[in-house]
Amino acid sequence: MMGKLYLQESLSDMSAEFLQFLFSGVTLGATYALVGLGFSIIYNASHVINFAQGEFVMMGGMGTVFFLGLGLPMPVAILAAIALTTLFGFGLERFAIAPARGASVVTLIIITIGASIVMRGLVQVVWGKEFHAIPAFSGDEPITIAGATILPQSLWVLGVTVLLVLALRFFFEKTIMGKAIIATSLNRDAALLMGINVRFVLFISFGLSAALGAAAGILVAPITLTNFEAGIMLGLKGFCAAILGGLGNGMGAVAGGMIVGIAEAMGAGYLISEYKDAIAFVLILLVLFFKPSGLFGKTGTERV
Amino acid sequence: MDKLKSPRTGGLLILMAIIAVLPAFLDNAFQVEIAILIFFNAIVCIGLNLLIGYAGQISLGHGAFVGLGAYGSAILTAHQGWDPLLSMVAAATFTGVLCFVIARPILKLKGHYLAMATLGMGIIISIVINTEDQLTGGPDGMYVDGLSFMTSQIHWYWLIGAVLVFSVWASLNLIHSPIGRALRAVHGSEVAAEVVGVDTTQYKVLIFVVSGVFASVVGSLGVYYSNFVTPDIAGFFHSIELVVMVVFGGMASTFGAVVGAAILTILPQVLTFLHDFEHLVFGLILMLTMIFLPKGLVPTLADLFKKGDKS
Repeated sequence: MMGKLYLQESLSDMSAEFLQFLFSGVTLGATYALVGLGFSIIYNASHVINFAQGEFVMMGGMGTVFFLGLGLPMPVAILAAIALTTLFGFGLERFAIAPARGASVVTLIIITIGASIVMRGLVQVVWGKEFHAIPAFSGDEPITIAGATILPQSLWVLGVTVLLVLALRFFFEKTIMGKAIIATSLNRDAALLMGINVRFVLFISFGLSAALGAAAGILVAPITLTNFEAGIMLGLKGFCAAILGGLGNGMGAVAGGMIVGIAEAMGAGYLISEYKDAIAFVLILLVLFFKPSGLFGKTGTERV
Repeated sequence: MDKLKSPRTGGLLILMAIIAVLPAFLDNAFQVEIAILIFFNAIVCIGLNLLIGYAGQISLGHGAFVGLGAYGSAILTAHQGWDPLLSMVAAATFTGVLCFVIARPILKLKGHYLAMATLGMGIIISIVINTEDQLTGGPDGMYVDGLSFMTSQIHWYWLIGAVLVFSVWASLNLIHSPIGRALRAVHGSEVAAEVVGVDTTQYKVLIFVVSGVFASVVGSLGVYYSNFVTPDIAGFFHSIELVVMVVFGGMASTFGAVVGAAILTILPQVLTFLHDFEHLVFGLILMLTMIFLPKGLVPTLADLFKKGDKS
């Protein structure tokens, strides 16, 4: 009798614990999904992997801290930070990627690495090295669900991510600009011949990616704190998400982000918390060994 | 005389001359230290350049191999009491075998997927080094005794300088051997290379192992030189730094790798007067060079000279 009661109790403890890990996993996962989407959008339009994507995320968070410091109300500060980051995205395309057209993939990767160093350096010089927090959007009072707790900010992360993903789907499927981006990613020359302004498509993609990154950075900043180096790991894990889902597959990146986030939370909770940051990379290696083009990627053939 | 003008022998002689006379111009221990650091980086970059520049396979995780060499040597000498040189060989063997085992699944990947896999492998190794602190000292690093017969800094200068010359020589010879030609075929078009009978996988694996062993040996020598090692050596930033050196100097150019290593080792030292602005300016220089000289310094300059010869 006692044993059965104990078992029931520990079972509900176990499921509460599981739920707790799941909550933190999907919160992380949503963030990685947004970062991964940013990688996908730029990759689709330009076949460039933007190693400054994490710095867009950092700039969103740090920018919001700065504008809040100026005394602006929260919504205005958030919009201003997204606008600032978007400008950096536009600038990266116009002044660094466009002039280097025709350079090899490795050269382009190094240019974006250079851009990430510049952005970190700039933020460090202008806004300092300290860690900053953004106040949570609607309080810090945890909500209890079936024995597990979730922060209101996590719900913001999830809700806004869902909205952004839906809005992007609409953008890519229903608007002229979105369709132009898809057309460019499928065949750049054909798109050009059909009268699509390919340069403008690239320009918009970098801005869009930067805005998405900034949004992700602002959403998680109240949970994780932010400083000039906050984008490095987020960027790398977002890259994992994009690769896991198959590069250039937007919905794949979202799924990839969720898988990485949940695996990380479960692995850290049940297995070894010291190796929390390694989980995403172990996962990606295992997947790539068996499916060399990601979980949902096309297995294309090389044309000779 | 013509043989001297060829980059193979001529370049090697110039490099030897520079290494021979350089100590006369170095005023203090710090400058000698920087020169030794350049040699170390150049040796890793020569190996990495074989992989990136000639075989066309990117690696964003080469810092991890330097780290394996460094920590392999450090752990075997400090904890197990092994002879330093034996430890170095053991670490290099371990790194070589590891490269051999992971090469096949990893090099099957292409482009950005390969970049991701090598990056992930590097980060995993660096996290392991950071976490297993009983063995590695964790983020604080660990101390190791040096080589007993290397009693002064200038000994190290000559030793590492000699290793550098040997590495350049070995790399140039490899490139001009049938293996080198096969590698260039792999870089040009893997499918075409296979069609004409090149066993592309075998060559890619070979170069991956060679470049990994280069990195490991440098890691071992570096730890005996400085008597100290921290996990940064295996980190993501070190890996990126190495790739940047290769591309900055010029891919598919052995001397480009040396020049890239030299400039990007000196540049941060020169920029320290900028204090907080150091990283910002470093990033800008990097971006501008790659935008305006996408092929890297040495190949661009070589093209200029060729044009000048004709006119």
